[in-house]
Amino acid sequence: MSIEGQYIDIYKQYSGAIKKNSAGALNDVRDAAFERFSKRGFPTKKDEEYLYTNLAESFAPDFGMNINAVDFNVNPYENAHRYGVPGINNRIYFIINDQFYDKEEQPKAAELPEGVIICSLKKAAVEHKDIVDKYYGKASKDSKDGSVDFNTAFSEDGFFMYVPKGVRMPYPIQLTCLMTSGADQLATGRSLIIIEDDAEAKLVDSIFAQKELKFLANRVTEIFVGKRAKYEHYKVENTKRDMTNLNHVFIELEEGCNVLVNELTLLNGLTRNNVEVNFRGKDANLDLCGMALCDGEQHLDTNTIVNHWVGGCTTNELYKYVMNDKSTGCFSGTIMVAQDAQKTKGIQTNKSICLSKDARMYTRPHLEIYADDVICNHGATVGQLNNDEVFYLRSRGIPESVAKMLLMFAFVSDVEEKILIPELKDAVRMMVEKKFKGEVESTCKGCSSISACHS
Amino acid sequence: MLEIKNLHANINGKEILKGINLTVKDGEVHAIMGPNGSGKSTLSSVITGNPAYEITEGEIIFNGKNIVGMSPEDISREGVFLSFQYPVEIPGVSMVNFMRTAINEHRKYKGLDPLPASEFLKLMREKKEYVELDNKLANRSVNEGFSGGEKKRNEIFQMAMLEPKLSILDETDSGLDIDALRIVANGVNKLKSKDNSTIMITHYQRLLDYIVPDIVHVLYKGKIVKTAGKELALELEEKGYDWIKKEVDGE
Repeated sequence: MSIEGQYIDIYKQYSGAIKKNSAGALNDVRDAAFERFSKRGFPTKKDEEYLYTNLAESFAPDFGMNINAVDFNVNPYENAHRYGVPGINNRIYFIINDQFYDKEEQPKAAELPEGVIICSLKKAAVEHKDIVDKYYGKASKDSKDGSVDFNTAFSEDGFFMYVPKGVRMPYPIQLTCLMTSGADQLATGRSLIIIEDDAEAKLVDSIFAQKELKFLANRVTEIFVGKRAKYEHYKVENTKRDMTNLNHVFIELEEGCNVLVNELTLLNGLTRNNVEVNFRGKDANLDLCGMALCDGEQHLDTNTIVNHWVGGCTTNELYKYVMNDKSTGCFSGTIMVAQDAQKTKGIQTNKSICLSKDARMYTRPHLEIYADDVICNHGATVGQLNNDEVFYLRSRGIPESVAKMLLMFAFVSDVEEKILIPELKDAVRMMVEKKFKGEVESTCKGCSSISACHS
Repeated sequence: MLEIKNLHANINGKEILKGINLTVKDGEVHAIMGPNGSGKSTLSSVITGNPAYEITEGEIIFNGKNIVGMSPEDISREGVFLSFQYPVEIPGVSMVNFMRTAINEHRKYKGLDPLPASEFLKLMREKKEYVELDNKLANRSVNEGFSGGEKKRNEIFQMAMLEPKLSILDETDSGLDIDALRIVANGVNKLKSKDNSTIMITHYQRLLDYIVPDIVHVLYKGKIVKTAGKELALELEEKGYDWIKKEVDGE
């Protein structure tokens, strides 16, 4: 049987149960997504976008799927300090594999501003049907990626955040996906985030995995940012070496909005991060960046597509990779400027350091420009640490290992500067330091913290 | 202080130093002059342990220890300082972090605890005075966007921070205008004592007007071919290197 075969059978057999455990808009598009998945299958290395990552193979093992939405009987709030960023635990939400956790409330949670809704996506599909119906599946509908269809077909629940017109969230929201189970598990979480006109919000989206088991997360996040709105999206991965993590983030930008996406990968197994952005209104601004610190056999594949459908918008894209041991990094970025999108400004940069002979970095910067009055450039470099710089530091009494660490810190510092939440920046800086010192893997059973838990 | 015996060194298999002998005593100031390509900068790199060079023969005895094969960081902690001809720009590494790391590594080597933050900052403030280094520069990344003069002043500032026993100033005068040269030279002179020594590597007499050497050497084709008092520098300024080249090549 093909890799897809087992999942096609599961869907045919259990689609009733899936729909029963989900609701509304999620079910409305489900069968069509399944049909597309059946035809497309999972991407393989034969697909141009997946040249360096054989995604289909990742789905081959026999993972369990929590189709019946069984409660895993954990209260993540008991250990929230492990998962939260110290100092910004005003509101932290949990996804257990792919189910939103709302059995218990967060103790001492801060008040949400009036009109802001944050809840289970399944619940929102019923209680806020008009909103979910309007947005769900709309940002991802043009995707040609079978793994997105897979998520849409199987996803029952997830995270819903709605910030209405003109409302400014006074603190960042944290969303933590906890992979935890009694057996190897495949999860299909889904997030729907709507920031209406003139609203402001920040989200820290992180993922953690229980140690003993194998997990595959195939998550889809759709984000809609309204006119003149401001939104910051931080994605932090600090999981484990046998984790498979597949993320699709789709963002729709309206006129004059400002969006920052920063993807920080410190520890992972095989990760594929897809980001697709569509500029729908003029004068919008996107900062898209990320850093990857890889060693061992970590594999990180980033694919970004930014479509400038309208003019006057700006994209600043910057990805930095530090690769060691036998790790593999891939970056493939496209900035497309449509024919009428004049006065577009697009800058795309990918810089990487390979510290070892066996580390591999594949980079494919790409511009597609159909307009004639634009400022665009792209560049990619792959290299080693500069020996003159290392010697300069050593000549002042700094040991070689520390000198190299200082230079690696310096290398990723411009991506770090794009973390605009000071508490998160401090936490990431600490994690980066631990990573460079080889201490990133926590000794604490069952968690890989981004907080002070293991300091 | 320093005794170099029959030093031979290669880079990429090409022999640059071909038997250097040099003795520097406590408190002395030596000038090493010589035409382009004679091996002056190689000598400074080799003494400070630059791994790009291979020492094939000879000894470098520094305060009784042979430092050949020692790591650059250990040579630094033993008390040798190199003021680079071309100080490296390191974006993203702040001067404060760089100097704090360096100072504390030196202290660790001596078995001392790290310097408390307040004392460290006080030390920075004091030492900046030596070369009139701007506060703003100290808060920036190492040498990033510094002018030529600021880079050289920053080198002498680092020297003041690390208090070396032996300072090697590699073409510290190059790229400096008269005012900057005076500031840098004043800094070096203020740091001079009867216990520490200085080797100046230079093309020109100019720097030697400000920092007066006890002994002047001429390096040519990887060897020291002439050694005399400070009057030699004046003679070279007047007559150039050709007469020395003729003397050596004529042999």
